[in-house]
Amino acid sequence: MSDDNKTIEMEVLRYRPEQDREPFFQTYEVPFEDDWSVLQGLQYIKDDLDSSLSFRWSCRMAICGSCGMMIDGVPKLGCRTFLRNYHSGKLRVEALEHFPIERDLVIVVDDFMEKLARIKPYLIPKQVRKLEQGEYLQTPGQLEQYRQFSTCINCMLCYAACPQYGLNSGFTGPGILALMHRYNADSRDGGRDQRMELGHSDEGVWGCAAVAYCSEVCPKEVDPANAINQNKMGSAIDYFLRFVRPRGATG
Amino acid sequence: MKRSNEPVFWSLFGAGGMLSALIGAALVFVTGIGVPLALLLSPDLMQYQNMLAFTQHWLGKLVIFAVIALFLWHATLRILLLLHDFGFRTGIGTKFIGNGLALLCTLAAAYLLLALGS
Repeated sequence: MSDDNKTIEMEVLRYRPEQDREPFFQTYEVPFEDDWSVLQGLQYIKDDLDSSLSFRWSCRMAICGSCGMMIDGVPKLGCRTFLRNYHSGKLRVEALEHFPIERDLVIVVDDFMEKLARIKPYLIPKQVRKLEQGEYLQTPGQLEQYRQFSTCINCMLCYAACPQYGLNSGFTGPGILALMHRYNADSRDGGRDQRMELGHSDEGVWGCAAVAYCSEVCPKEVDPANAINQNKMGSAIDYFLRFVRPRGATG
Repeated sequence: MKRSNEPVFWSLFGAGGMLSALIGAALVFVTGIGVPLALLLSPDLMQYQNMLAFTQHWLGKLVIFAVIALFLWHATLRILLLLHDFGFRTGIGTKFIGNGLALLCTLAAAYLLLALGS
C-alpha cells in the first residue's frame, strides 16, 4: 500500500520574536510513511531539517493536550492527525487561533490558565467528611451525570474554534465552562453557587452564541456546547426563580 | 460579577425556536401552498369569515399571538447573533432597535387581536 519515497510539503508558521517582525510561512519537504502523524512530521523537521522550529508536545497519544495546532485551518491535535490524509497536496500548520504566539507553534496560555482557576476546577464537598467517615460515595448513575465532561484534556482546540472567544476574549470559553459543568453536576459537590456567579454573567454561559464548532473539534467528545446549553437552561431558571425562592435555599 | 439579563431574551428566543421547529413548516405549507393551490386542503379553509371566527375565539387569539410574538423574538436574537458572528459590533443600540421592534410588534399584535373582539 505504501510506496517508499513519499514526501509532503509542510508549510509551517514561523515566528521568532527576537528576529522576526511578523509571522511568516516556511515550507519543508518532509518524507513520511503511512503511519506518521503531523506531530511526527514536525519532529522530523526539528531533528533533521531545522532545529530552530518550536512546538509543544508530550504524550503522542491524545491524552496530554499539548500539540493543539491549526492544520489546514482546522484546530486539531498534531498527534492524532495523519500526514497521509493530506497527501498528495500541501499541508499548512499554524499556531492555534485566538491566542497570542509565543514562538512558532507555541501559544501563550496565560489567559486560559487564569480563567481555569476562576471556575474552581476541583470538588468543593457538600458536606466535609472526616477520615473515619469513609469515602464520598457515588452511584454509577450519578457518575454518568458528569463523566463525559470530565474527559477534557485542556488542549484548547475548542478555544481556537470558538468565534465568540475570538471576538471577545473576555468570554470564559467552551472548555472551561464544560469543566464548570463537570463539577456542578457532580453529586458530591456543593460549590455550584460559588461557580455560578461567573456562570450567570455575560462572560459566563451567556457569552456563548451556540455556534457549537467547539463540540465538533473536541478530540475527546466532551461536547462543551451541550454543557453550556444545559447551564443556560439552569441559569435562566435561576434568573426567574431567584425572586420567589425562600431565603437561604440553594438551587 | 454582574448577572446577565440575557435569560429574558434567551427564554423568548428558545420558546420561539421550539414553536417554529414544531409548527413553522406546517404553517408555511398550510398558508403558502396547501390552501392557495388547493393541495390536500380546501381553498375555503382560510376564507375571511373562517379567519375572523378564528381570531375571535380566545384560543385562536392565543395561537396567533404566540406565533407572531415568539417568532419575532426568536428572529430578533438570531439576527443579532448572526450580525455578531459576522463581526458587526452589536452594542446596546442594535439590541435596542432589535428588541424594541420585537416588543413593539408584540404589543401591536396583542392590541389588534383584542380589538377584533370576541
